[in-house]
Amino acid sequence: MDKVIAFPMMGNYHVPVKYLFSKISNCKILEIPKITSKTIELGSKYSPDFLCTPFKYTLGTYIECLDKKANILIQMGGGCRYGYYFELQEKILKDLGYNFKYYNLVSKGHTDIKKIYKIMKEINPKLNIIKSLYYFFITVKMVKFIDYIENYLRENKAYEINNEFDKTFSNMLKSFSKTKGLISFIKIKNKYKKRIKNIKIYKPKNNIKIGIIGELFTLMEPYANNNIEDMLIKYGVEIKRFTNVTYLLFEKSKKSKKNLKKLNNIKYKMGADAMDNIYNTKYLIDNNYDGIIHIKSSFCTPEIGSMGIINKMCEENNMPVLFISMDSNTSDVGFETRIEAFYDMIEMRKRNE
Amino acid sequence: MNKCYLGVDIGSISTKGVIIDENYNILSSNYIWTSGNPIEAVKKLMNTLTILPGYKLCGIGTTGSARKLIGLMLGANVVKNEIIAHAVGTLSFYPNVRTILEIGGQDSKIIMINNGIITDYAMNTLCAAGTGSFLSSQAKRIGVDINDFGSLALKSKNPVKIAARCTVFAESDLIHKAQLGYKKEDIVAGLCKSIVLNYLNNVGKGKKILEPIVFQGGVSKNKGVEKYFNEILNTKVIIDENSHLMGAIGIAILSSKENHDELNLNINEIKFETKGFECKGCSNNCEVVRIFKDEKLIDSFGNKCEKGLKTF
Repeated sequence: MDKVIAFPMMGNYHVPVKYLFSKISNCKILEIPKITSKTIELGSKYSPDFLCTPFKYTLGTYIECLDKKANILIQMGGGCRYGYYFELQEKILKDLGYNFKYYNLVSKGHTDIKKIYKIMKEINPKLNIIKSLYYFFITVKMVKFIDYIENYLRENKAYEINNEFDKTFSNMLKSFSKTKGLISFIKIKNKYKKRIKNIKIYKPKNNIKIGIIGELFTLMEPYANNNIEDMLIKYGVEIKRFTNVTYLLFEKSKKSKKNLKKLNNIKYKMGADAMDNIYNTKYLIDNNYDGIIHIKSSFCTPEIGSMGIINKMCEENNMPVLFISMDSNTSDVGFETRIEAFYDMIEMRKRNE
Repeated sequence: MNKCYLGVDIGSISTKGVIIDENYNILSSNYIWTSGNPIEAVKKLMNTLTILPGYKLCGIGTTGSARKLIGLMLGANVVKNEIIAHAVGTLSFYPNVRTILEIGGQDSKIIMINNGIITDYAMNTLCAAGTGSFLSSQAKRIGVDINDFGSLALKSKNPVKIAARCTVFAESDLIHKAQLGYKKEDIVAGLCKSIVLNYLNNVGKGKKILEPIVFQGGVSKNKGVEKYFNEILNTKVIIDENSHLMGAIGIAILSSKENHDELNLNINEIKFETKGFECKGCSNNCEVVRIFKDEKLIDSFGNKCEKGLKTF
């Protein structure tokens, strides 16, 4: 039987992840279906109701993939109770009668390269350590570059003169999926960096800047947050988002300790990204942003803990803040009203300054 | 010719329309039930609003949950959300207002204002606890006309305690108390009090409620709810005689800020129709809403991607 690998969908990260597995495993990599209303319907149907939406989204994706004949599932979860999702999802899927192998690349909340290598060796016994390190290196570079460009887009896309960003960015992702080795990667990277930076923009001096913070999956998967970024960009807003894979995997462990010391209102890390979001709130206040949107999935315990503190900080500093809780509901009318009103309020405040 | 402006606020329960002149005086207004059909409700509303001789209509604004649809239908020059509309409307009557409490059919909101600028707002989250539709459904259940609800609540000297967190708990409390034989007025008063507590706990959570406070939206017409707001906030909330029209007035004012020549408003002879259509482009199965004016497609929305527009 052919080995077919599948992994959950989140933002644009399926491109580098797929690239890595296609190079270091001897398996077929499934074309992961995009998250749609069917995904969340399937996920909610087989999930305990009180679990947060990332569980439901990933479970839904796994079911869709298993129906497409995937038999090796990869999960990367840790930090909060997401770390326990692995076992529960495995049990639910086995109970549904699927036959598969399930691996979690994260152990005890940390990414351990040794463990990842061990798992990959199990999937592909012929795996060569030099080769895997080489492709792992390129993948990391690719993730970092995609995050870098996405940050640039968030800051500038609202002000483009011709509609070029979206097309160039999706072309870039397409080229990345065809990358051969390091030289080919660097060529593509430089080409698109130049192209994207050359896109003409007109950014007014007193533009509206909004920071979005919150729970990681809901922030990073556009379907889970009703495309909040596109919505804000349509209003002409510059967006600052801290959470991305680069931050979570490579920067968080170093920065967290330093940032915690700079905060005088909390002493502990509070789990997952709660402390980071409190620090980011301080950053956004100190850097004169116009508003903060805090977005999370319902029942996200670490973020519930951070909300009270964020609310107080914003109140003391006269900073508008909007808290949004996402669940598996698909209608976006009420959501739109809240975002539109938040934007209108900021715009009114700014005009009267 | 004097200029006048039309504002329409189409909520889930009621549809409000108002025509104002350049000094924001109300020339004509009406309040009717939406009854689940905003297009018919607006047609009915427009037949009762009159543009006085000597006036010409120079702006149309729509707000409320059906603002997009009705905006298209009326050819509105301003389509805006309820929060801005309510704030602008209230500020034109009470320029010093600091807090607006609003409880409508499906939404409830709190708006904080400082020096005529909105500084903060909050809306109820996904749950409809403590809104007008809950009150009216409970009124029906215990057999009290919603118009007598407030005056009945005022008669009570001993309101029953009802859980204020969630409508499901409130309802089971309510049934339980009724089965214990409490007087109807005590139950009704308890319900009014629970609406106030629920509102302050959920929507007003963590907000500083500063005076002057204006209370509006359909529920503000309920004397019982007013009484408990006064009692719990330990002050007197202002309720305007037009408190139910504030959204419509606000959106009419916003439409007047855009300079327009005379607009044509003739919707009676025109046929409007909404057709839902399920796009099969991907497994999202978006419900694309298409609006037809005299059988010609004028707009569509609801699609998540470009595919939805191509398929028809």
